[in-house]
Amino acid sequence: MYTVPRLDDYSPDALDKPVADLTSALEQESSAVTDEPSWKEFRDHWMARKNGILTQINDLWLKAAPSPRKREVGRRVNELKAKVEAAVEETRERISGAASQAKFKSDALDVTLPGIRRPLGAEHPIVRTMNDIVGVFKAMGYSVAEGPEIETDYYNFESLNFPPDHPARDMQDTIFLAGQAHKPARDRLLLRTHTSPVQIRTMEKQKPPVRVVIPGRVYRNDAPDATHSPMFHQVEGLAVDTNITFCDLKGSLDHAMKSLFGSSVKTRFRPSFFPFTEPSAEVLISCIFCGGGGYQGAARCPNCKASGWIELLGSGMVDPALYGFVGYDPEKYSGFAFGMGVDRIAAMLYGVTDLQLFFNGDVRFLEQFS
Amino acid sequence: MKISPAWLREFVDIPADYRKLADDLTLAGISVESIEDEGARTVYDVDFTPNRVDAMNHYGVARDCAAIYDRDLKPIAPVIPSEREPQASSSRGTPTAQFKIDIQDPQGCARYTARVIRNVRIAPSPEKIAQRLELLGSRAINNVADASNYTLQEIGHPTHCFDLDLLAGGKIVVRRARPGEKLKTLDGVDHILHPDDLVIADAVKPVALAGVMGGFDSMITDRTRNVLIESAWFDPASIRRTARRHAMHTDASHRFERGADLGITPTACARVADLILETAGGQLDPYETDAYARKIERPTLTLRRRAVRRHLGQDIPDTEIARILRRLGFVVTVGRTSAAVPVQSAAPASKGGTHAAAAEEMADFTVQVPTWRLDVEREIDLIEEIARIYGYDRFPNTLPGFVGGVIELPDARKDAKLRASLLGLGYHEAVSLTFISHADAQRFSSATPVEIANPISEEASVMRTSMVPSMLNMLGYNLNRGNAGVRLFESGKIYESMGARTDEQRRLCIGSTGAAIPPSIHAPARQCSFFDLKGDIETLLGSFQFNALYYDANTPDHYRPGRSARAVMDGATVARFGQLHPQVAAERKLRLSAQDIPEIYLAEIDCERLYRHDLRQIRYQAIPRFPAVDRDFSFIFDRTIAFERIQNAIAALRVADLHALVPVEIFRGGAIPAGKYSMLLRATFQSSERTLRDDEVALWSQQIIKSLESLGGTLRSQ
Repeated sequence: MYTVPRLDDYSPDALDKPVADLTSALEQESSAVTDEPSWKEFRDHWMARKNGILTQINDLWLKAAPSPRKREVGRRVNELKAKVEAAVEETRERISGAASQAKFKSDALDVTLPGIRRPLGAEHPIVRTMNDIVGVFKAMGYSVAEGPEIETDYYNFESLNFPPDHPARDMQDTIFLAGQAHKPARDRLLLRTHTSPVQIRTMEKQKPPVRVVIPGRVYRNDAPDATHSPMFHQVEGLAVDTNITFCDLKGSLDHAMKSLFGSSVKTRFRPSFFPFTEPSAEVLISCIFCGGGGYQGAARCPNCKASGWIELLGSGMVDPALYGFVGYDPEKYSGFAFGMGVDRIAAMLYGVTDLQLFFNGDVRFLEQFS
Repeated sequence: MKISPAWLREFVDIPADYRKLADDLTLAGISVESIEDEGARTVYDVDFTPNRVDAMNHYGVARDCAAIYDRDLKPIAPVIPSEREPQASSSRGTPTAQFKIDIQDPQGCARYTARVIRNVRIAPSPEKIAQRLELLGSRAINNVADASNYTLQEIGHPTHCFDLDLLAGGKIVVRRARPGEKLKTLDGVDHILHPDDLVIADAVKPVALAGVMGGFDSMITDRTRNVLIESAWFDPASIRRTARRHAMHTDASHRFERGADLGITPTACARVADLILETAGGQLDPYETDAYARKIERPTLTLRRRAVRRHLGQDIPDTEIARILRRLGFVVTVGRTSAAVPVQSAAPASKGGTHAAAAEEMADFTVQVPTWRLDVEREIDLIEEIARIYGYDRFPNTLPGFVGGVIELPDARKDAKLRASLLGLGYHEAVSLTFISHADAQRFSSATPVEIANPISEEASVMRTSMVPSMLNMLGYNLNRGNAGVRLFESGKIYESMGARTDEQRRLCIGSTGAAIPPSIHAPARQCSFFDLKGDIETLLGSFQFNALYYDANTPDHYRPGRSARAVMDGATVARFGQLHPQVAAERKLRLSAQDIPEIYLAEIDCERLYRHDLRQIRYQAIPRFPAVDRDFSFIFDRTIAFERIQNAIAALRVADLHALVPVEIFRGGAIPAGKYSMLLRATFQSSERTLRDDEVALWSQQIIKSLESLGGTLRSQ
């Protein structure tokens, strides 16, 4: 172990060797330190107030130096002091780093294990789809309206231009309420077969311009199976104003379908029949699965049955007869209406092949939508 | 209905192959759903809209083709031997050879045309006819019956052939059925007739259910020698009522109830005769009987160019308009004829004022509607015809201008807030059918249920009066399939009968069973408890603004006593929640297995009441700059002392700088005497203005101890 020599010659040149010896001893001892106890030993050996090497060089070199040399020796001693302090600090850092490295290594986690999750609830695919559709029309300036699910014959049929005993009523297999026979036909209650009654209710309450989007539950007398449900969901829309034309119907729905399904989607309109619109149009969109080509690779696209088109909406210009029921001037106002089945769209979007899955609350189904 | 393109080509020259034709028809509103077979055997499956009864036959579709391709439509020209027609189209005052038709109900039957063929030979139809019928999915029967079917497919008018010798009294009477009258129809079914049923009768008895089905006893058989051909027009509403009453839907009733062609009865009659003579021989009586009981005028409509543009958004050339309508059989005069009477909208209560305006305005076209288009009554109906033949694709897409704001549903933000919270709390959103059984309605609610007249099943015979049965069904569905951890919520409606009215109310229901925290490799599962649910309820209710909220144990009997509560916000019950009564769970077999009977938790939130409160208004509170001081109190209380009383007692002290009072530990048993419990309470004092002094805190602590002692509590230590 290094010991501080006494000096015989205090000339600057003669100092070089003892200083170099001391420095090399410092480096050697520093590098030998491996842990906390050996570091403490090292520190005390060099820096202990009592008999540490710094104290010794102070006593043996500086104090013993003759007056004319004191200045030069003092400078050298101060340099050495700074060097020792730095070496002790560096050594401490070196060994504490190594210690934490060792600790990090010994208590390392298997980061490939699964995390602790707080599962989020999943949005129901129908509600989600319905909100998406409503959102598109809200962005186009449509307000949101709702109406009762238990409706009168008047609102569900008569005011929508379905006369009593008319074959058009056969298009909608109706669920009727019991105990209605004593009432006048138009007051009899039923479960609404479509959201269209809310068109009438809205127009009764409000003068044009009207722009509403109407989400809601509707009912038909269909036994539940993979493609039928006695309860399902629709989104309906209505725009009435001066100068609304069939071209506006086409443009609005084309725009809405592009917003919903992407800007590359094309629309196609073909004549149809609804008692409350005239002219009426069925709206198809180019198949979002095969891009409208009808084939996915060499396979027939099952979503559009290789036709390239998917039927999505019913629509049409509001039949002027409706304006008679709500007190609008049919010579002044015109408008369009549209409606779509949300469940069917959700089923198509998510590839659900059995509508019953939507309604039985099976968590294995629902959690897939989170 | 099936349509053969080859047959269409017999009536009109179609410049398109069968695929292009199918597309073109579909784009004109005659929807070809599928195409079967090839070549001459190609058949379209066509879905006709209910307004287009005129098109439900080959000639009708050919007429649309004529309009689509602007080609001539060949006339239907039955070939019958004697062209010597009677002068009058009335059944009276004609030679005795003529068969007598007596229409006693002109409302039900506007026209009845008949012809008689004698000495026919009943046999199978020739191949051409039989094959064509079979191609279209219709069974060939014999040459006479097939003549009627063939005519139906060809020109769409339903006709019927009677065995003349089986008609008593040599006449046909069209009348309503008499009380108690019976009729066996062609399908062999016996019907007891209703006095509203329109029947075809002979001198004695009904022989056919008019417009629906012929009678069994007068049908064509192998022994038939002489045939009476009926080609009539019946009132749509009357046929519809009868068809529905007897649950019969036939090709004939389908057409009559949608409105058949009043003008075609002689042609259809002659066409059947033509076919019978060709296939069964015999001699045609020279006289056609055409009883016309009631004239039905077809309207003459005015069509304004301005209206075409106003509805369709684009000008269509006059020549195009006239061409389309003429090809469809409308008689079009450009300009307004003096004879033309503007026909107003058939809409009820259509407002006056427009009449005068329409009359003054220059009519651009005057259009006479043909007898086969009962669906066309108004100008808008003509505009639709123009648009569909012109082609929807030819109209440009435009967006209408609009000035106005978007108005949300009144409760949209509240709905969205609750939904987001529930999803964040890990509940899956569920949707269930809104029907329940009578028994469930009684079990879970005191409301009078809304009853369904034609339910899907007994289990779905009323509208739900509570969300609980639907939720329990969903929980049961999961448990039955071994899904142990279930957290669901459903936002929906309940329905109540209120005398003549019904009421629909918004409700939110939560159902949960299994783990509150799912197990992982890092920690075991923790089962859901009452307080897990209560915490979620507190979170949900905490989104709203209120003055007072308390919880008590007042819950309906489907909850387990002692593990359920209700929440009362500003005096109104807004939620009930807790563990489902084990009895109810057992009745509904809500279990994973016989051994594994999990606790089930439910919550019902009354949205109507909750939504009377605004969403909580958020105001920033300055974060205290001065240190908080905690003091713990360990007390022994009698078990009858609810935490709420402790809270209230301390709140009554009105210590302004008491920042929080939290129960930290609760302990029963062990050293604690029976009927007592120990609770560690932590009070946190903090001032927003200064550092609190020890003597102040000591004073408040003494006050707290005193007030808790006044509840019978005993201080254990401090």
